[in-house]
Amino acid sequence: MHEKNSNDQVLIDGSRLIIESLARAGADAFIGYPITPANLLYLYGSQRMEMMLPAPDEITTVQWMAGLSATGKLPVTATSFPGFALMAESVNMAYMMELPMVIVLVQRLGPATGTATCGAQGDLLLLNGIMSGGHPVPVLGTSSFEDCWSLSARALEIAVTQRTPVILLTSKEEVMTQKSFDISRLETIKKVERKEYAKDCCDYKPYKPTDLVPDFLPVTQAEHQVRMTASTHDQDGILQHSSPEALANTRRLEEKIRTSMKEDYLFYHLDHQEGAEKLVTAYGISAAAAREAVRKMRREGQKVSLFIPKTLLPLPPVYLEIVSGYRRVVIAEENMNNQLGSLLFGQKLPENIRFVGNLGKMIAPEEIEKEVMS
Amino acid sequence: MTGSMIKLQNLPYCKGCGHDLIAKNSTEALEKLGYNPLDVIAVTDIGCHGIIDKCLNTHTVHGLHGRSVALGAGISFGTGSKDQKIVVFVGDGGTTIGLQHIMEAARLNLNVTVVVHNNMLYGMTGGQSSGLTPKGFCTTTSFKGNPFTGYDICKLAHTAGARYVSRIMGVGNITEAMMKAFSQEGFSLVEVMEICPSYGVKLNPRRKLKEIVEESGRELGEWTNDLPPFLDRQEEKTANLLDKTPVISKTFNHQLQQPYSLVISGSAGEGVQLAANIFAKAAMSADLHATQKGSYPVTVGVGFSTAEINVSPEEVLFHGISVPDVALITSSDGLQHNRQRIERMQQGKLFIDSSLTPPNTGAEVILRDFRSVGARNAAIHAILYLCRQTKILDESSVYHIIQQEGKADKLPLDKIKKAMES
Repeated sequence: MHEKNSNDQVLIDGSRLIIESLARAGADAFIGYPITPANLLYLYGSQRMEMMLPAPDEITTVQWMAGLSATGKLPVTATSFPGFALMAESVNMAYMMELPMVIVLVQRLGPATGTATCGAQGDLLLLNGIMSGGHPVPVLGTSSFEDCWSLSARALEIAVTQRTPVILLTSKEEVMTQKSFDISRLETIKKVERKEYAKDCCDYKPYKPTDLVPDFLPVTQAEHQVRMTASTHDQDGILQHSSPEALANTRRLEEKIRTSMKEDYLFYHLDHQEGAEKLVTAYGISAAAAREAVRKMRREGQKVSLFIPKTLLPLPPVYLEIVSGYRRVVIAEENMNNQLGSLLFGQKLPENIRFVGNLGKMIAPEEIEKEVMS
Repeated sequence: MTGSMIKLQNLPYCKGCGHDLIAKNSTEALEKLGYNPLDVIAVTDIGCHGIIDKCLNTHTVHGLHGRSVALGAGISFGTGSKDQKIVVFVGDGGTTIGLQHIMEAARLNLNVTVVVHNNMLYGMTGGQSSGLTPKGFCTTTSFKGNPFTGYDICKLAHTAGARYVSRIMGVGNITEAMMKAFSQEGFSLVEVMEICPSYGVKLNPRRKLKEIVEESGRELGEWTNDLPPFLDRQEEKTANLLDKTPVISKTFNHQLQQPYSLVISGSAGEGVQLAANIFAKAAMSADLHATQKGSYPVTVGVGFSTAEINVSPEEVLFHGISVPDVALITSSDGLQHNRQRIERMQQGKLFIDSSLTPPNTGAEVILRDFRSVGARNAAIHAILYLCRQTKILDESSVYHIIQQEGKADKLPLDKIKKAMES
């Protein structure tokens, strides 16, 4: 954050911050299909992005985005589970083709259509398994208006530097609720530079990596042949059954994301209180309740720490180390099944890990406090 | 880069397959039209037709089964006015699963040429019937003949608005027909009729392609629409979304010592969210932090409309409200939606329209005819009355925001003031 030099209080929603941030970072196309509770993002995307195109469904949405991305554009969309489910195969395609794009996934109550106007945190495990083969797709989770601003730009940066689709995970209450907010506190967003292959060379291979990421060239240039494919392929982009070079390429896709996300793009907030043996852990909308619960308990003289993961997937290995340092850990997540906990610990939660969940309503700070103090 | 569009020495098709002809004559057509290989973006997908990529010297993009038209559409949006040719190869199976993409590209008249390789069945996966398989044609899933009529993709694309559509037989030399399709400005589609040598010929012995096509009722020919090609017409854009949210400057004072929560609820279309928005901004003008959450059913114009507002001297970290300090209820819909939490109120105040029966509650009940100023103004009336009765906000801060938001002329403020005096 910049040093506060003024106080520009506005009543604003997270959707506006997300779209403005993405646009400043260089997103130049919004492809949309309307779905509640992502409609404000669609509205703002259409007002702000250089190009807005209304797609007839969510499969088309990601296909159009992939086509645009292949020409050098940086497309964005916003959806919720029913739409995202349709996108799954096309997200796999863009991942395999290594085409940058950002998908803002606004969680709502499921399963299926569920309740469109009710928030939830039910999609983390879905995202963890969205890629066939178990490859990780980068997922960043917003937990505040500051995150809506800074992480959105980061999502686009990851998409470009790692040549991958990136999911920005949020939820209904984060993008639709209006709050007073001082916009003079917002950090400056730098435009992401999309580097292209140095054209003076003559042996361009579309999937030959430099530091795990291949150099990009758009299909709009006529100097070098570009091949892109969703099928298993070699460095030339030629379909292969399972040649060593092609399988090495498939392995590289995994390594590329795991390496960058645990180092360059590791984002979390750990507010450790000296002497605290208890830790409250929450991401997304439940982080709001967690912050309030910790503020209240500290005012009452309790020692308690706060951990807000923001890089959600692939789950950074350091998270297990962080939560292992406390005698009691309370995880708050708006679902019935502790998805973050199961990613951290598998099927059997250690006894010192407590879960606060909810269905159909936000977790309240008192519920977290009760579990911390019990 | 100049030179041949295709490497002819290793085309991957079965002997007698029409895909071979399409590959050769399509590339020849593009060469004759003067395109260099890298002026062409060939988009293919899953199916036998799609394995042509490695033989092409063009740019190649190989996507998902049936999605190549949508992928090609995305590329065409990105190439804009560049003088590049986007050619999409798709099979009859891909046409079936991706029908919507073809309709959309035709409707928008995108600068794309789609070549449908219609060999009347799914060749790569074992000879199953597709949506384009003609009635009576035998496949591995209909040995007695397909019982259903196949889609007429030419008719569909033409009806959707395609600039140019043609159906041709995949025999002889089809270069000129392909040249015509490639020369169109806007969306063009060529359906090339073929028979799969591995399944179609074997399962339909002694039947000729020409006869099958004729019996299916599919005419050969061309169909055109005199419609302009796609032009990207973007509405006027805003340069900064943050400029659209007015900065609320501190103009008033407050006496609030602790967080204060308010629920205001009425019926959709009765200005509940607007009133809540004005209240939240009025609080901000008094240097308070504020949150405003809206709740409503999925239908926009009927049912309840509820707003939850928090105002506080310090930052509101959690904006959820279980039991509010104050509830303002202006209609029956609003009461129904909030009845339970009003019943849970042990203290605080319930301001409720006098037409309603208050539920049992520990809150102090204030009955008031909020709707006397018209249902659409009941919510703002209630907000102003709340301020007058509780002094939670300076009443003039609400009028200040109404003025600032340009709503003064749209609300019957004199009428509301008069009603408040009564």
